[in-house]
Amino acid sequence: MKDLRNILLFVLVVASIPLWSDSGVLLNFVMTALYACLLAQAWNVLGGFGGQFSFGHALFFGTGAYVQAIAQMQWGLNAWLALPLGMAFAAAVGAFVGALSFRYGLKGSYFALVTLAFAEVFRIVATSVPFTGAGVGLMLPLRESAANMQFGTRAGFVWLMLGLVTLALGITAWLRHSRFGACLQAVRDNEDAARAVGVDPFRVKLAATVISAALMGAAGAFYVQVFQYIDPGIAYGPHTSVEALVGAIVGGMGTLWGPVLGALGLHILADLTRNLFGQLPGINMVIYGSVLVLIVMFLPRGIAGLGVFTPGQWLRSEKKGERS
Amino acid sequence: MSTTQPLLNIQHLHKSFGGLKAVQDVSLQVPEGSLTALIGPNGAGKTTLFALMSGFLRPDSGRVQYAGQDITGQSPERNARLGLTRTFQIVQPFAAQTVRENIAVGAHLHLASRREALARAQQVAEQVGLSPQLDKLASDLTVAGRKRLEMARALATQPRLLLLDEVLAGLNPQEIAEMIPVVRAIARSGVTVLMIEHVMQAVMSLAEQVWVLAQGRLIAQGTPAEVTSHPAVVEAYLGHGTAERLRQRGATPVQGAAA
Repeated sequence: MKDLRNILLFVLVVASIPLWSDSGVLLNFVMTALYACLLAQAWNVLGGFGGQFSFGHALFFGTGAYVQAIAQMQWGLNAWLALPLGMAFAAAVGAFVGALSFRYGLKGSYFALVTLAFAEVFRIVATSVPFTGAGVGLMLPLRESAANMQFGTRAGFVWLMLGLVTLALGITAWLRHSRFGACLQAVRDNEDAARAVGVDPFRVKLAATVISAALMGAAGAFYVQVFQYIDPGIAYGPHTSVEALVGAIVGGMGTLWGPVLGALGLHILADLTRNLFGQLPGINMVIYGSVLVLIVMFLPRGIAGLGVFTPGQWLRSEKKGERS
Repeated sequence: MSTTQPLLNIQHLHKSFGGLKAVQDVSLQVPEGSLTALIGPNGAGKTTLFALMSGFLRPDSGRVQYAGQDITGQSPERNARLGLTRTFQIVQPFAAQTVRENIAVGAHLHLASRREALARAQQVAEQVGLSPQLDKLASDLTVAGRKRLEMARALATQPRLLLLDEVLAGLNPQEIAEMIPVVRAIARSGVTVLMIEHVMQAVMSLAEQVWVLAQGRLIAQGTPAEVTSHPAVVEAYLGHGTAERLRQRGATPVQGAAA
């Protein structure tokens, strides 16, 4: 399938970067860009394919991050075991919030507000309870070794992140070519019509929330491994939620490569404005914001809406290819 | 299952919205394999009745039985799995997706494989005459195309009972003439069809039996010819006292009564 071929190509190209370059700046850029891609991809599963706009994806990010830290520091688990555990906890939180919201039929801005509120509640709880280190946060002890998921070089983190991004891309490709994905997009486009042909919107949206949350949890766990520190503001603050949704929206919701392009584009933009206008505090954010407004105004379908990446055209060209 | 037992059996259904009694004490039986129609003036409660049958609304009282099971208030997605599905009067396409993808969603009800569902979508599109538009976006279809898409998506679920809500409304006479054989072919293929229809030409030529709903109540039932000459039906459509005046003039209201 075309999608799988493209994913493979992407993986090979990115995976080779640390082999021909040991520039710290470049590898750091690749790592953080991939991290932004994962956030956007995770949000895209629920927001882009499911049409459920969450403003509080930090909820799952923070849960993954805290579980990653706590599992190692308090439960004595290995980091590689902590990662799937972090994803599982994030997924469980996703199932809980999703079940509550969708059981009561929350949609659109109400769903967005509820996710936002949950993230805030978790932030306040994390500030008050002892096992999260409260406001001080948790500092992961330095134990540099690949066995502890603390790589001596950026290359290790790049490859780890690339693995997680590949997982997200694989899930997205699956959504585009599977029964579950078809049902999810049907619910996004018209819930009543989907129900009339036998799609259970509750189950479908819940499953999408769980997948999206698990990917977000993986990003949180990764964050802890790289920066070895987490506090309630980083974990559950709105910054991560916004980064996830803006990347997906700017790139193109409900597409395979849109969130990658969006996250990458925004990342380059943020880096550029920071480097060019770093002396004038705040001006970089003004420019960043202005460009966002322009993109939303002139590219309502995101970067992927340009040229061949339109899902419709993309699909059609693919089908012609399959027939011939 | 015996032929005497109706496929759909609704008994004493009631539904109110606030003070408005949308459906009052409606009972009707749809025999398996039949092509029947539900007619009535605007606001008679036809679409509400469809919503009650298919599970989109829960009746205040009364029962809905399908294939011998009580399905009162059961969700539409579960009913669809049992083979009872509906179309919408106001078409509800998955606008951002192609015609093929739209129909495939229906096909996925019983087919897990994407390839099989897409193949089935193609077959169903041929059945309703949508083949040339398979790779168009649903939002690019004409009204007639969207009505066909509604039917195709429902048909792809391989229903046993299909509730068609005004699939001919908004079509021009030529489009109607093209659509009638499609509906007839669906019924011939063994699907039981109950249609809501305003276009009397279609009802007269298609339906074996007709129920007439007015102000939430069933006022008549019978063959198309019987109901169109029924005084209560004429009055429901043309106003109180019309039947009397027509009789005095010696005219027999016929087919055109409701059109």
